[in-house]
Amino acid sequence: MNTRLRWRKLVSAFMLTMTGVCSLVAVSVLFFILGYLVFHGGRSINWDFFTKLPTPVGESGGGMANAIVGSAKLLFLASLIGVPIGFFGAIYLAEFSGSKTAFVVRYAADLLNGVPSIVIGIFAYALVVLPFKHFSAYAGGFALGVMMIPITLRSTEEFLLGVPNTLREAAMALGASKWKTIATVIVPAAYRGILTSVLLAFARVAGETAPLLFTAFGNRYWSPGFNQPIESLPHMVYIYAISPYEDWQRQAWAAGLVLLGLILIVNIVARFILARGVAVPRS
Amino acid sequence: MATSSIHVPSADPVDNSRSFLSRLRNGDEIARLVTFLFAASVVLITVLLVYELWIASSLPRQKFGLAFFVTKLWDPVAEQFGALTFIYGTVVTAGVALSIAIPLGIGAAIFLAELAPQKLSDPLQFFIDLLAAVPSVIYGVLGVFIVIPLMRTWIAPTLKATLGFLPLFQGPAYGVGFLTAGIVLAIMVIPYIISVSREVLLSVPRDQREAALALGSTRWESTWKVVVPFARTGIMGSIFLALARALGETMAVTMVIGNTPSISSSLFAPGYSIAAVIANEFTEATGDLYLQSLIQLGLVLFLLTFILNGLARLFMLLTASRGSGTGRA
Repeated sequence: MNTRLRWRKLVSAFMLTMTGVCSLVAVSVLFFILGYLVFHGGRSINWDFFTKLPTPVGESGGGMANAIVGSAKLLFLASLIGVPIGFFGAIYLAEFSGSKTAFVVRYAADLLNGVPSIVIGIFAYALVVLPFKHFSAYAGGFALGVMMIPITLRSTEEFLLGVPNTLREAAMALGASKWKTIATVIVPAAYRGILTSVLLAFARVAGETAPLLFTAFGNRYWSPGFNQPIESLPHMVYIYAISPYEDWQRQAWAAGLVLLGLILIVNIVARFILARGVAVPRS
Repeated sequence: MATSSIHVPSADPVDNSRSFLSRLRNGDEIARLVTFLFAASVVLITVLLVYELWIASSLPRQKFGLAFFVTKLWDPVAEQFGALTFIYGTVVTAGVALSIAIPLGIGAAIFLAELAPQKLSDPLQFFIDLLAAVPSVIYGVLGVFIVIPLMRTWIAPTLKATLGFLPLFQGPAYGVGFLTAGIVLAIMVIPYIISVSREVLLSVPRDQREAALALGSTRWESTWKVVVPFARTGIMGSIFLALARALGETMAVTMVIGNTPSISSSLFAPGYSIAAVIANEFTEATGDLYLQSLIQLGLVLFLLTFILNGLARLFMLLTASRGSGTGRA
């Protein structure tokens, strides 16, 4: 074997090893984050964390009950906007529309999907906060809902289009009208995919902080109803992490752990649901 | 009814209206209409977003015009607003992020697509997908408690000792700054580069690899000189996607960039980015001009990401039309 060939083989082996190192580095970040949050935040997760209000500076203890309930409320509002528009919009795209309308809607959805979350926050501020003249859960929920729309819409459409045409034709041949075909054949055939899309969209907005900064604003107390400023878990993580108080920082880790745990679980469940599906191919 | 006895319509419209009525009875037309309204609302919301951003930022456009983008002064008290420092911070942090994320991301994508057996590649990709789902505020926490101390104690001194002759790596290191923000951003965008690049690499036809190997190239040479160039437009797409994401990222950057409006050649210096200034000052903005200047910054961010996402899609479409093989050597 001449030296040049030996050199080339050496370079090959070295570079291929390096690519392996790259992927190891990339993946290890996930375990590092998880381990770090569990190590620092795990101890601060206790019963108080889920049931008590935040305490003032200097007083130790307290929890994030209001932020947890607040996040739930915001996500509920977001789902009310994001899921129906995404779902029915996708049905229109996949089953009814001509190619020109579909192009316009898809283009708008992709555009919306690429908008930075802070800009969505400005949009919700201009549209909901300014007319009502105060921050509210409605505004925060609207911002998150707008972010859910394109994610739900695009992936639901993919899954609907993945339903084989023979199923549609079979239902029509039996005399079912189009909407009946959709409601009883196509949507049930794609339901795993649709559920996955909705769950992933949900998980995506559950961790968003930027659009909530000047819509939901934050609130250290309970926020009754939907028309007042409201706290959320990611916002709490942000406020506590940049605070100079050690006790708050510990709670930021704990809140981060709860948030990340929730999001990862929803993600894993969503992918699990999809992996067990048969009829519909992956995107 | 009365009119129809006088004016006899031609056969066609009658047929049409009958089928329309019967379809309405079936519910098809109703379903079509209802779903259309939902689909149309997506377009409506998008148009409304652009319209609101444009309308709500008219004052600074009238007052400063294009000077808004090239002046450094940001003085809420004197009502003078220039965006240059923020644009600079955004571009520099995104640049740092990409220069770290591109080699790492593409390297990992090559490993996942070309080298790893499917049994290893799929679970790794699964973790990468989970990584993409981690919220940005968590990356921010990571930045505050790990990257900033590391920057102070280890990264900055090492860089100063080895590359200190460059103006990029001079000056005091506070921990927060462009480099810290860039590193955190890099960690955030790597999953995007990996996922898209891996897909693109997998779609390179198998013959390409086999031809290169048959000509006597090593495994790496076939990958680097044949497969990667074949997939380059798609990889460019993934990079533009990552860039758009890095420019618009708010929370993680706000937490580590230092939030000081200054332009400095040193990467250790604290700075400010467009998204960070919006996040920090929006609720405190007093006066219409101040608020509208911030909204105009949002408009700038929107246009930047709009253009980059468009380019990314274009590049990916170009690869989709080129390679249609089933990869995996």
